[in-house]
Amino acid sequence: MKYKSVFDIIGPVMIGPSSSHTAGAARIGRVARSIFGREPKWVNISLYGSFAKTYKGHGTDVALIGGILDFDTHDERIIQAIELAKERGMKITFNVEDAVTDHPNTARVFIGDEKGELELVGISIGGGKIEITELNGFELKLSGHHPAILVIHNDRFGAIAAVANILATHEINIGHMEVSRKEKGKLALMTIEVDHNIGENILQEIDELPHVLKVTRIVD
Amino acid sequence: MFRNVAELVQMANSQNKKISEIMIEQEIAVTGRSREDILALMERNLLIMEEAVERGIKGVKSHSGLTGGDAVLMQKYIEKGNFLTGETILDAVSKAVATNEVNAAMGTICATPTAGSAGVVPGTLFAVKKKLNPTRDQMISFLFTSGAFGFVVANNASISGAAGGCQAEVGSAAGMAAAAIVEMAGGTPEQCAEAMAITLKNMLGLVCDPVAGLVEVPCVKRNAMGAANAMVAADMALAGITSRIPCDEVIDAMFKIGQSMPSSLRETAEGGLAATPTGRKLEAKIFGMPLHERELKS
Repeated sequence: MKYKSVFDIIGPVMIGPSSSHTAGAARIGRVARSIFGREPKWVNISLYGSFAKTYKGHGTDVALIGGILDFDTHDERIIQAIELAKERGMKITFNVEDAVTDHPNTARVFIGDEKGELELVGISIGGGKIEITELNGFELKLSGHHPAILVIHNDRFGAIAAVANILATHEINIGHMEVSRKEKGKLALMTIEVDHNIGENILQEIDELPHVLKVTRIVD
Repeated sequence: MFRNVAELVQMANSQNKKISEIMIEQEIAVTGRSREDILALMERNLLIMEEAVERGIKGVKSHSGLTGGDAVLMQKYIEKGNFLTGETILDAVSKAVATNEVNAAMGTICATPTAGSAGVVPGTLFAVKKKLNPTRDQMISFLFTSGAFGFVVANNASISGAAGGCQAEVGSAAGMAAAAIVEMAGGTPEQCAEAMAITLKNMLGLVCDPVAGLVEVPCVKRNAMGAANAMVAADMALAGITSRIPCDEVIDAMFKIGQSMPSSLRETAEGGLAATPTGRKLEAKIFGMPLHERELKS
């Protein structure tokens, strides 16, 4: 089931005018910001389908930038997000794409600074609910509604079990987990949605595992 | 956990509980939150809805100038007392319009189930409130009952205009509202489901064709008629009228109709009212040029 909570239906509290094109867009931007972990210096966003056709009327562009500035769906600063971002020196580019995507409301968010980059694809599935379907080239499914950790690791025996073991030791319950890889035996990505926020110490333990390259945390 | 309306009604009947209570208990089970927290969250949403209605009834105007002020007109008309239908239904229309006018003006609203359809549930709730004098708790229950039916539609069909047209947004909202009105008026869980089915049947096929891609024309007036539809369907269900097609099958039909809708009629501003001569003229006036010719600049 895609929708789990009654507040997915009666909610979110948000700035108008569209739950999918404004609130959903803000949430996609905010997940990108959260995974990136800091305010990016530049933003390059591609819009597809209905997002591409109606972004301006719905404020999809300001909402995405608002999310990247870490604003929640009901934050009234969303309305001025683009001006605020520019004042902070953020370089913003939007591209309207003709390509047909699986979902009509799709955004590809590419952000970065001198230290790194991040590229993710988010879809807005209705009523403000979103899913992240791609991260740095890996396919995944992330609702953005629960705390989660993303682990980039080498595709080797025992890598998954080692991470699961650490979580079990700390009594962290896994709600949803999946593994995606680009090629057999190369890089892989573990997406683990959990019930509680994960502490820095646990993150570090995972980071020190032999086949783990990078761990990122998404806080609820 | 209920997966469809039949299971929801069955659970309510076998446990001798209201649908709102089944929804609250499921929320506790799924999220692990306490009952107090969940009720408090819903009360906050109720407050947001109340504030949006109050703001809209005083009169707002959207940035484009396309919408605003109709809720005021309707309230003044009701005050004169010469209306043809009924006060409660027109009050619901006015308050649904009020909410959506606030939404169009980028004001704060609570999506029910979406922002574009956010007027129907609060519009009917605050109109029925005058008639039934519910307690605050009963008003909160209204939102849980709406949420329960919306939950089924969202998981088995769609609540996105881009995926399923306006029938998935205002249609779902109207069905949710109709079911909640019935429960507040003392109807049975079956009657709630009948009201939802009757409402949604009359919203099937409704396309999403916003002029200039804005959630304004025809969205605001579709919320008005969604509220009216919900009120009438609730009365029909309370009168004992039933739908020949069960609620779950109506929801499934809505989903399949949405899938076969061309993309021009699913929130792309390419067809329907958006593509009328006046729709295109308004679009050109607002954006300086038609949407499909516009280029994006940072």
